[in-house]
Amino acid sequence: MTGADVLVRCLQDENIEFIFGYPGGAALHIYDSLYRQDKVKHILVRHEQGATHAADGYARSTGKPGVVLVTSGPGVTNTVTGIATAFMDSIPLVVITAQVPSTLIGDDAFQEVDTVGITRPCVKHNFLVKDVGELAETMKKAFYIATSGRPGPVVVDVPKDITNQTTDYRYPDAIAMRSYQPRTKGHGKQIAKGVELLLAAKRPMIYTGGGAVLGEAHAPLRALVDLLKFPCTSTLMGLGAIAASNPHFLGMLGMHGTYESNMAMHDCDVMLAVGARFDDRVTGDLEKFSPGTRIVQIDIDPSSIGKNVAVEVPIVGDCAEVLEAFVQSAAKRVDAIDRAAVDAWWRQIEQWKAVDSLAYTPDDKVIKPQFVVQKMFEVTGGDAFVTSDVGQHQMWAAQYFNFEQPRRWINSGGLGTMGFGLPAAMGVQLAHPDATVACITGDASIIMCIQELSTCKQYDLPVKIINLNNRYMGMVRQWQEFFYDRRYSHSYMDALPDFVKLAESFGHAGMRVDNPADVEGALKDAFAAREQLVFVDVVTDPAENVYPMIAAGKGHNEMHLKPGCGAEVERELA
Amino acid sequence: MRRVISVLLENEAGALSRVAGLFSARGYNIESLTVAPTDDDSLSRMTIVTHGSEQVIEQITKQLNKLIEVVKLSDLTDGHHIERELALVKAVAAGNEQREEIKRLNDIFRGRIIDVTDSTYTLELTGNSEKVSAFLDTLAQFEILEVVRSGISGIGRGKRALKVEEKR
Repeated sequence: MTGADVLVRCLQDENIEFIFGYPGGAALHIYDSLYRQDKVKHILVRHEQGATHAADGYARSTGKPGVVLVTSGPGVTNTVTGIATAFMDSIPLVVITAQVPSTLIGDDAFQEVDTVGITRPCVKHNFLVKDVGELAETMKKAFYIATSGRPGPVVVDVPKDITNQTTDYRYPDAIAMRSYQPRTKGHGKQIAKGVELLLAAKRPMIYTGGGAVLGEAHAPLRALVDLLKFPCTSTLMGLGAIAASNPHFLGMLGMHGTYESNMAMHDCDVMLAVGARFDDRVTGDLEKFSPGTRIVQIDIDPSSIGKNVAVEVPIVGDCAEVLEAFVQSAAKRVDAIDRAAVDAWWRQIEQWKAVDSLAYTPDDKVIKPQFVVQKMFEVTGGDAFVTSDVGQHQMWAAQYFNFEQPRRWINSGGLGTMGFGLPAAMGVQLAHPDATVACITGDASIIMCIQELSTCKQYDLPVKIINLNNRYMGMVRQWQEFFYDRRYSHSYMDALPDFVKLAESFGHAGMRVDNPADVEGALKDAFAAREQLVFVDVVTDPAENVYPMIAAGKGHNEMHLKPGCGAEVERELA
Repeated sequence: MRRVISVLLENEAGALSRVAGLFSARGYNIESLTVAPTDDDSLSRMTIVTHGSEQVIEQITKQLNKLIEVVKLSDLTDGHHIERELALVKAVAAGNEQREEIKRLNDIFRGRIIDVTDSTYTLELTGNSEKVSAFLDTLAQFEILEVVRSGISGIGRGKRALKVEEKR
């Protein structure tokens, strides 16, 4: 069997449904092997960045690894943004990159790039295959490493001559590596300590992150929250692990989180962090972060624990397994909770909630972006996968679309990659052909991977693109308004295309909405078109800002609320 | 806080660059780094000398452990340990007086003269970094042509050993 056949067989044996790729010289043997089988479906993207984002969207929405296949040189460099995106959000990808023949490596050959070197800082691991006899085992390792422990992207670089050499095929059932043995089971004593501390809390707070979603910890997490009746919040990446409708859920925290979440994070006495990494967009100024709070942190990655914030009870392990142990242990001892104190804490939280930090002023002439997201939620009944790009629209999507289930909210949180939304939606739609998949985007972001409209046409992917078109890079404009004295340097999107015609030219349907009264109808029509991609270009208020906001260098208790919003309540509280 | 970290890692191409890349990407200091294969040729052993707060050192060890090729590591500075560094020094040694004086100083430090020409000596000295530095300071009065320092290799004292039990 040739190396190329081995590679494809490995994918079959891993039960890979789709690979996202783009052919080229060094990858031709592999593409020839793909041609001669029909088990693994290849999705031809229009740019390699799209391939990585699509595989990423597939992985985020299913929990299974996403697979990418690209050629050497520019094929590889184009994937780097997508690989880094997956790396920052711990998404399992296996990226197979073709390489120039071994004999030419280092010669500055045509379409040669040092793939292993260029991707090293943004992968969980990478391999250069030097012997066809090691190819199958390397693939097994790649899938194992990508999907186990804290997941992440793995690159397998395969020189062209290796794909043409022959070997016997044997795919290992399992792999053991002495240098890589992620721990999933939490330490019993630490768990006991963590439960103890949590039950003793007078002002508890549960803070969950992307790890709760990736670790499939939603069930025990929900059980724990309902058992303890403690307030909880989520990072941008963790939305959906706890149902947004859960009465104990205070909404997202962080830079654009709710007032009540951030205030509760600041004032709590015991915090349980689950699969969250105390990222700067979450903590604000670390010096001011949750003073005096005793922290229990559960994470599968030891290096995430105590990285930014000192932790009293670190628990290394799989979030789901550890939380199950928490539920079991806490269930026997709920009486130990100081209910009077926790009730008083809840009363305090209710006061913060009364600030209504997500309120916005509706308008009957200009379309408010928040209104569009709310209408989307109503029209879809919340039963949709939502991808987004990066910026204001991403925050509004996170704030106003109430995610009830994990893996429904697909966005680039860590790297903040504009251009992610559309290709990610393709991966989601392929994985869930009957589901409603919407991409909430903005006029600046959507242009960054607009070429993938062509892929959507080729594979009949009926994604709904909701473009919150404010003619600006909205988040950049917002920062310039707040912090640069309204000098809107290069944030205005001059010469935007006619998005309706653009969508139509790719063979899709397009609509333009500029009247608030038409929003609901347009969304209903768009989501009713089950078989078709619809690009809804919504002309929104260019002056709208994302509130509330914690400015850089500020603490959780120094939120910037929407002008007029909550001012009285704040005075009252003071 | 100065720390000496010993790392056992898979003896594979690219493993060194992963460690070096980690240090530069995350802004950690490297004072010195030495690496060579061990008696088990599937493993390399690396000694890294670094500086940082307790929190930074904790992150360094965690991040090193996270590298897929790192099998095991130990912070030698946590316990009693021995550090050794090799220095090679080429000094101008012309005329009897100068030759005698360099030889005398070299003897005091228990160095060895490993190469001689009519106008130069090449000296070899092994010791901890302080001793090597003191030796170089002493030789500074002469014209030094070249100095090569190996960086530190370290090992724990007593029975404590950093090793992998089974072979892969």
